[in-house]
Amino acid sequence: MKLPNKTTIIDKAIVQIPDGATVMLGGFGVPGTPFTLIEELVQHGAKNLTIIKNDANETGMGVDHLLENGQVKKLVSTHIGLNTHAVDLMNSGKIEVEFCPQGILAERIRAGGAGLQGILTDIAIGTDLQDGKSRVEIKGKICIVEPALRADFALLHADTADHFGNLAYVATARNFNPLMAMAAETVIAETEHLVPVGALNPNHIHTPGPFVDQVVLLEKLSEAYNVVQR
Amino acid sequence: MLSSAKAKMVARMIARAAKDIEPGMVVNLGIGLPTQVIEHLPADIPICLHSENGITGIGSALSMDKADRNLIDAGGAYVSPVPGTCYMDSSVSFALVRGGRLDMTMLGAFEVAMNGDLANWKIPGRFTPGAGGGMELAQKAKKVIVLTMHQDRKGRSKIVRKCTLPITAYGCVSRIFTDMAVLDVTPDGLVLREMAKGLSVDEIVKATDAPLIIPANDMPFF
Repeated sequence: MKLPNKTTIIDKAIVQIPDGATVMLGGFGVPGTPFTLIEELVQHGAKNLTIIKNDANETGMGVDHLLENGQVKKLVSTHIGLNTHAVDLMNSGKIEVEFCPQGILAERIRAGGAGLQGILTDIAIGTDLQDGKSRVEIKGKICIVEPALRADFALLHADTADHFGNLAYVATARNFNPLMAMAAETVIAETEHLVPVGALNPNHIHTPGPFVDQVVLLEKLSEAYNVVQR
Repeated sequence: MLSSAKAKMVARMIARAAKDIEPGMVVNLGIGLPTQVIEHLPADIPICLHSENGITGIGSALSMDKADRNLIDAGGAYVSPVPGTCYMDSSVSFALVRGGRLDMTMLGAFEVAMNGDLANWKIPGRFTPGAGGGMELAQKAKKVIVLTMHQDRKGRSKIVRKCTLPITAYGCVSRIFTDMAVLDVTPDGLVLREMAKGLSVDEIVKATDAPLIIPANDMPFF
């Protein structure tokens, strides 16, 4: 039995993303952010995007290029404090920002990927972050209903992929990537290393290949992936 | 910049806070003052540091020339692994927090109320970056400790009767370390436990918006 080959070239992958799409982006700070796929999305120019990402990177990096280019309508995020440009756009009403507690964002995505409609939690009860959300009582405890999240596309960054789309991440570059891999209609992964099927130890794969639709090998890593000089 | 006297008081506060971390604990150190606690932990104390971006077993911070581009803590600082480090995704990282495996978190604060309410994520109209993982840490860690300057830059007490800023989590804080004092949140109110060298009880009471309970025993200094 031979597994399908899902490798493709970057422009063919990103050109599928239409105006108005909802796009999940992996990454927490620099590690795990698919900078090259994001740059291609900037070139492609799809507009009115809803972006779901843990953070907004830093000013002048990653997501910020989509913001600068006016492609983002709404950002679903947990913390955007390192990107003053994103904060300005939010404050001036140029983009809508939905904040979510970090682990709840992760769990909403995981639920979406697992075919569930939402999660029940007591996190953020009584705070500004749960205004307007519906509540239910479970075993005598009041819980907030947090709807599951799915996206049209997920753009991920892997350290190593095989041709079938089995993915492995390194260190803190894992973060939201394996969760988003399960929660989008089309999943595109960029990878630093591409190996033949069979080369990855099956015990060391983080994202099973069936979740992934397309694999793009990074020819080189741009400056964005490097240690941030502060 | 802090004056050198103030900087010394802050350093003593951080060193004192480090002593509350007990062997065997799983601990999350928040961004800002709490992260500096790591530099005051004895190397031989068996503890496990967690950061919510997906790592347990964190060593010391690394300079940029020694950094691994894929290895940061949740504050974006480059950190080193230790023998036994584990990486995980964001869902597992917060299962650890919400599921009750986090023994202690040390967090910064804009305001802490005498009943343990914590406000540290939003100043309406001025600072709205999002709460990150702060609400889950404050709500679910077994012990929530605050490290903060006693007063803000305008000299207003950050230890208050009631928080005026949006709440991160209600009634969560059990102990407060400031540059001036160690305070415990108790059902009766805030109890002064220790004070910074060179200060008097009166000076601390005057600098604090919330009423303080002063035990009859001699007050230890830190």
